[in-house]
Amino acid sequence: MELSKEKKLWMLERMLQIRRFEEQVYDCFLKNKIPGFAHLYIGEEAVAVGACANLREDDFITSTHRGHGHLLAKGADPDRAMAEIFGRRTGYCLGRGGTMHIADFSLGILGANGIVGGGLPISVGAGWSAKYRGTDQVTVCFFGDGASNQGAFHESVNLASVWNLPVIFVCENNQFGISVHQSRHQKIKDVAVRAKAYDIPGVIVDGMDVLAVYEACREAVERARQGGGPTIVECKTYRFMGHHVGDPGTVYRDKEEVEAWKEKCPIKCFADKLIAEGVMTAAEFEALDKRVTEQMLAAVKFAEESPWPEPEEAMEGLYV
Amino acid sequence: MREVTYGEAVREALAEEMRRDKMVALIGEDVGPYGGNFGILKGLWEEFGEERVRDTPISEVAIVGAGLGAALTGMRPVVEIMFCDFMGVAGDQLLNQVAKIRYMFGGQVEVPLTIRTTLGGGRSSAAQHSQSLHAIICHVPGIKVVVPGTHEDAKGLLKAAIRDNNPVMVFEHKMMYNKKGFIPEGEYVTPLGQAAVRREGKDLTIVAISSMVYESMALAEELSAKEGIEIEVVDPRTLVPLDEETIINSVRKTGRLVVADEGHETCGFAAEIIRRVVKVGGAFDYLDAPIEVVGTRDVPLPFSPPLENYVIPSKARIEEAVRKVLGY
Repeated sequence: MELSKEKKLWMLERMLQIRRFEEQVYDCFLKNKIPGFAHLYIGEEAVAVGACANLREDDFITSTHRGHGHLLAKGADPDRAMAEIFGRRTGYCLGRGGTMHIADFSLGILGANGIVGGGLPISVGAGWSAKYRGTDQVTVCFFGDGASNQGAFHESVNLASVWNLPVIFVCENNQFGISVHQSRHQKIKDVAVRAKAYDIPGVIVDGMDVLAVYEACREAVERARQGGGPTIVECKTYRFMGHHVGDPGTVYRDKEEVEAWKEKCPIKCFADKLIAEGVMTAAEFEALDKRVTEQMLAAVKFAEESPWPEPEEAMEGLYV
Repeated sequence: MREVTYGEAVREALAEEMRRDKMVALIGEDVGPYGGNFGILKGLWEEFGEERVRDTPISEVAIVGAGLGAALTGMRPVVEIMFCDFMGVAGDQLLNQVAKIRYMFGGQVEVPLTIRTTLGGGRSSAAQHSQSLHAIICHVPGIKVVVPGTHEDAKGLLKAAIRDNNPVMVFEHKMMYNKKGFIPEGEYVTPLGQAAVRREGKDLTIVAISSMVYESMALAEELSAKEGIEIEVVDPRTLVPLDEETIINSVRKTGRLVVADEGHETCGFAAEIIRRVVKVGGAFDYLDAPIEVVGTRDVPLPFSPPLENYVIPSKARIEEAVRKVLGY
């Protein structure tokens, strides 16, 4: 099925938003404007955007510690996301969550998660709920190759399989569990082969190609909506930065390897393709980039100018 | 009043809430046609069907997580962890997910999730099926903790838990399931966060948790009849939130305190009750004697009956503690 021009441009813009957002986070972190730490999504944008391009506003996602990209792809407001990362009261979680704990339940974003694999069981619950309530909502569960070694992965995919739930398990295989290469944390090369153990479809796609991710997830989402149950979609990808800001990511990988993956930059490749196909001009891309960059600078400004929470607010909101 | 078993009281609560609200559904290990590991759920699967009373794989992580995900997206699920010992398996989902989600995300969402489980020794089930681990959950803010010690509360508190829009963990005492007791006629809901003075007295307060309520009541009646000692028995009913006012007022009146709880004595909930009683503004100035705790001795639960009976609290050990405090 040929995608509309609008859809393609939407994907490009979303990926660019994530990239420019993360660059601002990086920059602000180095300037000591952001407390704590931050895991950046740079390099993996095609996964979040390709998957979320198939979702409706009332569909659900569960996210990870590297979650900024998932949130923006599902439509989160960059201002409120940035303010949360800055620890301000105007943030999504009033400053209580921070970088690893952003959610927007009105958009079906059931939360980023600081625990590797922590979102997997929750996604199954959202899937159970959609089926139980008789809706055709689907849930996309983002997780990494590292999380695929957690017991929660097995329990969750098994339950989704045996109950035939509308959950799409999107594995972002960036090949590293923090510093440990996949070859040293599991013997298999493809996480998707585990689908066989649950008697569900498992597919492998180039996670640097937003259209490939889109297409694989489209099939999985359609199947889930029609009652066909869960799928594992494994996206081969790479994080261009370290595990978090402050980890240069050089101890455990070669510079050549990083550079080779950067050549596959999902945004540059997709923009070049759209320009070559005449979907947009180089000048239009530059204008888009300028606009998105300004949007993210504005998000930083919003965050910086937002008030800190009052200390006593820490005691509010534990229970309804 | 009507006579039912504690297990029947639990089942009535579940059935009534499921009839009232279609979004209430029950999942867990063997909760379906088998009727639950303790047999107390018999009839629910027949009445409500497979979709609403659903067996799960033996996967405590997925059970708790599925309940959480469903609670976030429009359902009001009740999930069962067969023995509270198995909370260890589901640790992350309980401590880092269920307990955190509302607060961590800035109060965006309500989490109407009920987690039922069992505590208590006394059936030679040994170290991994006999613990009373409610204090662990109390230590982590974000989950309400309910410990019904009477038949009436087994029903009324569970109904309140299901209707609550926060995560609530209900610890039922497995040794009480088959015991008979009385519950009110008709529908009732027992509010969370209100302690009950089960028996008034002037000489000593026993704060009794879960099955310790009946043991303490029996002891109090005996001592009253035989020796004229009048013991006040306070049942907190809910540990989080805790009605400390009722406890403090009782100790201010009697000046003497014994806490009976089947949790382990070190870092148990009894220690928390004592902290509340002796803190500034509590009942420290009113105490006429040191405080005693009767809990499970600090070893894993042993298998052999003489060993287990020595380790878990009993009416005899509560009496011993009461006499020590009275005789101080």
